[in-house]
Amino acid sequence: MIYQKIKEEAILEWNELVYSHKPRVLVGTATCGVAVGAEEVIASMELKIQEKNLQVDVIRVGCLGVCYTEPLVIIFKEGNPPIAYGKITPDNAGKLVSKYFIDDDPCFDLALGTLELREDGTGYIPELERMDKEERIVLKLSGLIDPENINHYIAFNGYEALNKALHMERGLLIKEIKDSKLRGLGGAGFPTAIKMEATYKAQETERYIICNADEGDPGAFMDRVVLESCPHQVIEGIVISAYTVGSKNGYIYTRMEYPLAITRLKKAIMQAREKGFLGKNILGSGYDFDLEVVTGAGAFVCGESSALTASIEGRRPMPRVRPPRSTEVGLFGKPTLINNVKTFACIPAIVNQGSKWFASLGTDKSKGTAVFSLAGKVEKPGLVEVVMGTTLREVIYTFGGGVKGDKKLKGVQIGGPSGGCIPAEFIDTPIDFDSLKSLGSMMGSGGLIVLDDNTCMVDIAKYFLFFLKDESCGKCSFCRVGLSQMFFILENISRGEANPEDIDTLYSLAEDVQEGSLCGLGKTAANPILTTIKYFREEYQAHVGEKICPALVCRDLMHYYIIPEKCYRGCEHCVLKCSAKAISTSEKGWKIVDQEKCTKCGNCLEVCPIEYSAVVTKPGKCPINQ
Amino acid sequence: MESERSLVKELLSSYEKNRKNLIIILRELQEKQGYLSTEALLEVSEYLGLSSSEVFGIATFYKKFRTRPIGYFPTTVCLGTACYLAGGKLVLEAFERELEIKEGEITEDKVFSLSSAACFGCCTQAPVVNVKGKIYPKLTAAKVEEVIINLKNDLPKD
Repeated sequence: MIYQKIKEEAILEWNELVYSHKPRVLVGTATCGVAVGAEEVIASMELKIQEKNLQVDVIRVGCLGVCYTEPLVIIFKEGNPPIAYGKITPDNAGKLVSKYFIDDDPCFDLALGTLELREDGTGYIPELERMDKEERIVLKLSGLIDPENINHYIAFNGYEALNKALHMERGLLIKEIKDSKLRGLGGAGFPTAIKMEATYKAQETERYIICNADEGDPGAFMDRVVLESCPHQVIEGIVISAYTVGSKNGYIYTRMEYPLAITRLKKAIMQAREKGFLGKNILGSGYDFDLEVVTGAGAFVCGESSALTASIEGRRPMPRVRPPRSTEVGLFGKPTLINNVKTFACIPAIVNQGSKWFASLGTDKSKGTAVFSLAGKVEKPGLVEVVMGTTLREVIYTFGGGVKGDKKLKGVQIGGPSGGCIPAEFIDTPIDFDSLKSLGSMMGSGGLIVLDDNTCMVDIAKYFLFFLKDESCGKCSFCRVGLSQMFFILENISRGEANPEDIDTLYSLAEDVQEGSLCGLGKTAANPILTTIKYFREEYQAHVGEKICPALVCRDLMHYYIIPEKCYRGCEHCVLKCSAKAISTSEKGWKIVDQEKCTKCGNCLEVCPIEYSAVVTKPGKCPINQ
Repeated sequence: MESERSLVKELLSSYEKNRKNLIIILRELQEKQGYLSTEALLEVSEYLGLSSSEVFGIATFYKKFRTRPIGYFPTTVCLGTACYLAGGKLVLEAFERELEIKEGEITEDKVFSLSSAACFGCCTQAPVVNVKGKIYPKLTAAKVEEVIINLKNDLPKD
């Protein structure tokens, strides 16, 4: 079928939905929404709809990016602007249905604000003071369309870029991508067009294309959201790229931890096949291409391209020496183009809107947008897509609503285990590939964790090393042995058992690992150590010299204490919850922690009622019982 | 044991004898059996014509492959960056304490097994725990006891 016909059908279906007199309810059902009860909210609404015999369309959409408001519900009702409701419970979901649809009361007390829709299908909630300042390319339709309905995507010019590309000369397409200056959004920032050109010009005619959706960085979830919210955008980008480099087979390599993303991707691939966007003779062009989802089995190193191809081949994912690059010798020994999910998601927009438009966004050397998953000690966690060059300050304070609980910002951890910790004094740095590199960190895939004063930098370095030493594939001795040794030193530091010279040993060992490792994992594994020592050396020294953990995190260097004046005498919460039975009531009525019995499980601090806040953490190793 | 062997045989017969299928086979095997037994791995290596060390190598390299059985409620505590900062380690310890098992083990009655993972991508709800596919958001250490009691109540009677 020709594209125009497919599009007309899709628009017809979309218009039927939009212009029908029936109200419609959009519910965010990406993994984060489901985790906080989106499915229960839907069940409760549907029950009420059935009970009251109402005519309402309930549509499962992806994630709008404002994750702190989940479960998020948007209601379209004739005569009113669409209204967004946040933190809906199954309980008030039912009430909302009967009040709004029967009594015409929109329940403003539950509303976040109105949803303003733009002509291109994007939307924002002005009351959230965030989304309208974003520049959305990758997340354009996220949370506004049904990811499991291809017609919703087509209705907003979906697959139009593919149709256009199929009528273009390959060299011209590569030039377009080159002019857009798109760089790989998986982290390293390698120019996409150079990879495409190399694959296209390779001698072998059997070529592969791989979408790297093995988002292994702890603390990052952008790729998951894109795949769960708008899988067709990624598929379209892959098919265009595959056509450009002349590949007939492609794979999407996904993490096993993302079951929902896998389900939605597989469904999307089937729909794309039915419409003729995949398979034989795509849109009558004579070009054949098919796509398959491959699920990983949990190995961080698979983010590295030669390890990833080994994994698809059924081998141990051990990176190999490069060159030759994957574009020459990749999957099954054939030329292979490997890109990240977000890189592919940008391609339809570049083809549709032109390289000039794309290159007008961003900084001199980094074009387009950056997608961050904002988490950690931040008031409004979620996904943010901003133009390259936006400062960290804007991301944290304008988009993220500042540090949680109005605490002081200590720094940010950016780029996951391969990235580094950037201290608060650098938050006016514009974010792009190069500026982050110069600070010793990297863009990584876009995980951005906000750290406050209660974060211990030694602890966070230890955390990443614990992760990395397990994930090292074991090929290079520096990475395999070095990371474990570094972890041991860090353990000693966090216990207050290290010597002053250990900090320098750690630093030089980190440099050696960086130097002596083959692949990206080993080469960047030192970043968390190098940056924390570089920017927070005094904190390391406090652990080693004074044997205190200034942030009161390292448990061998802190203890729990109950302030007698604050301890409400009738309350027994901490006594009952203490896992070591270390808390008792003193003669005078307040509670006392037996420091010798205490295992530092933290329960007392958690259960002490906030109005008393009598349990505190104090510095010092194993104090004597009072 | 016999039934196990025939299950493995049946599963294998639906795949082409190509090493490309190795990881796919292991994943499906684990889905069906809950874990990868030594017998099953040997069967696989024979079928694909690979050395057993190579198959065991793969099965132990990847984090998501288990060579030990899991419980009725497989419990995975997230230790991604956001969850770790929000006290994920304390949550893991709370499970260990309440279930009286260590990470990687299974309770004697085979109801609970405990493991950790690095990130489910639910960082905004940290700390999170996944029990039998359901994600528990903002599950702090002090709430663990209650979650376990509720899960035990949900156990089918037989």
